[in-house]
Amino acid sequence: MKHIKTLNTKNLRETVKKGGCGECQTSCQSACKTSCTVGNQSCESKR
Amino acid sequence: MQVHQYRSNGLNIVLDVPSGSVHVMDDPAYEAIALLREGGDPEKIRRELSKRYGIDSDGCAGDQGAEDPVGEVLTEIAELREKGLLFTEEPYAPSIEEFSKRPTVVKALCLHVAHDCNLACRYCFAEEGEYHGRRAMMSYETGRKALDFLVANSGSRVNLEVDFFGGEPLMNWKVVKQLVAYGRSLEAESGKHFRFTLTTNGVLLNDEVMEFCNREMDNVVLSIDGRKEVHDRMRPFRSRKGDGGNPKDTDSNERDPKEAAAAGGASVGSYDAILPKFIKFAEQRRKLGLKYYVRGTYTHWNLDFAADVLHLADLGFDQISVEPVVAPAEADYAIRPEDLETLCEQYDLLAAEIIRREKEGKGFNFFHFMIDLSGGPCVYKRLSGCGSGTEYLAVTPWGDLYPCHQFVGIDAFLLGNVDDGVVRRDLVGDFKKVNVYSKEECSKCFARFYCSGGCAANSFHFTGNINSVYEIGCVLQRKRVECALMIKAALAASE
Repeated sequence: MKHIKTLNTKNLRETVKKGGCGECQTSCQSACKTSCTVGNQSCESKR
Repeated sequence: MQVHQYRSNGLNIVLDVPSGSVHVMDDPAYEAIALLREGGDPEKIRRELSKRYGIDSDGCAGDQGAEDPVGEVLTEIAELREKGLLFTEEPYAPSIEEFSKRPTVVKALCLHVAHDCNLACRYCFAEEGEYHGRRAMMSYETGRKALDFLVANSGSRVNLEVDFFGGEPLMNWKVVKQLVAYGRSLEAESGKHFRFTLTTNGVLLNDEVMEFCNREMDNVVLSIDGRKEVHDRMRPFRSRKGDGGNPKDTDSNERDPKEAAAAGGASVGSYDAILPKFIKFAEQRRKLGLKYYVRGTYTHWNLDFAADVLHLADLGFDQISVEPVVAPAEADYAIRPEDLETLCEQYDLLAAEIIRREKEGKGFNFFHFMIDLSGGPCVYKRLSGCGSGTEYLAVTPWGDLYPCHQFVGIDAFLLGNVDDGVVRRDLVGDFKKVNVYSKEECSKCFARFYCSGGCAANSFHFTGNINSVYEIGCVLQRKRVECALMIKAALAASE
């Protein structure tokens, strides 16, 4: 496209079908203890 | 349907909120999005944009030839809409409603192995480690029961997370080591894998601790706030008698009264005592390919906190997390509404500097700007929150269970204990219902898929309700998401 550049390759809508396995880390186990930062976590799904 | 658009660092960024699609646009496209969001029909928008860009209504750009940028823009937008990447509907509410009824498993524990501390950090939500209660150390027996409880309640979840927390966990180091050994002994039979994390202020850190952590800890979180004067102001030693030595399983090394007297009774900061050890530890972890974070807190007293993040980066740390303090509004160091403008400018400044350093090959990771546009968590995770009170629990030294470390000591949130398990199923049910669709503010916020509705503890402390929002935190979260996306856009543009 000439005027628009799309950055991401993952559409959240697609995760509805296969998501929710719960293998991912809880957010406070990483480096935030006083806020909630979920968007930067990794998906650990084996599905 | 929700589209968020903003200009940052010379870039036009458009976020399609339901799909998470991020687009970088030139001016005509960006303006077309704004007009479409206002509800204009394409023909009217074509006329409006043509006027702005000096193009004939039939699409000819006069002496610029036969180009039709407005037509191209509208075609590209229509294409993205067709692909489900722009102006998409949000279909998740029924799935999340169903998801919130699922039987949950416990997959992470925050073990408060020491309700005591050798520092007296002024902003500590644990009140110098005591959490509204008494000083205490977790016994091996209690910790063992906690790990048994975790294994028994984790269902089919393989990876189990255990954070050794406090107070200061190195004040109970012997028990930490025993619990790691016990956890490992459970792995083969249970089919589980423990991921251990240690969060420490560094006072008792030594070679033996580092060597053990490098062998056993999936992650270490090292508490340091940034510049010496900033760190020392908020993180002084306690002024009581200590033994000045090694990690212990009972009492601590704290500041000697003679030292306090020599300093004229003033509190002595911990920066000089911990920094060389943190540098050494981080270097070891980096070489071994192991995770670590230096983690700091900024307050009203260092609104120029970007300088603290950059100070840590200049010291060689490349995994950095610095968060706003969470404090009662009346505390002198609390973030105030009037601080927000300055703080948002600081995030902009920090983001620009991160881009500059990245391009020079001297980049570092700032935890709150991390965003994964090619992966990241699924929509269920993004909408249902951090898992406090359901998948993530905190355990006190005497084995009581709370929804997370920030609820410890608040009687109304006592869930049970390691002997009887969770007995307040009603409270677990309350936490399960917390998601972005249960909060009116979140349903309108573009950042809802990145913070998952925010921290329940912050919400409770500021509003008295776990199902609300902490507005100061929200403003800063939105800013961080904007900066994170902008960094991605800027780095993509330079590729």
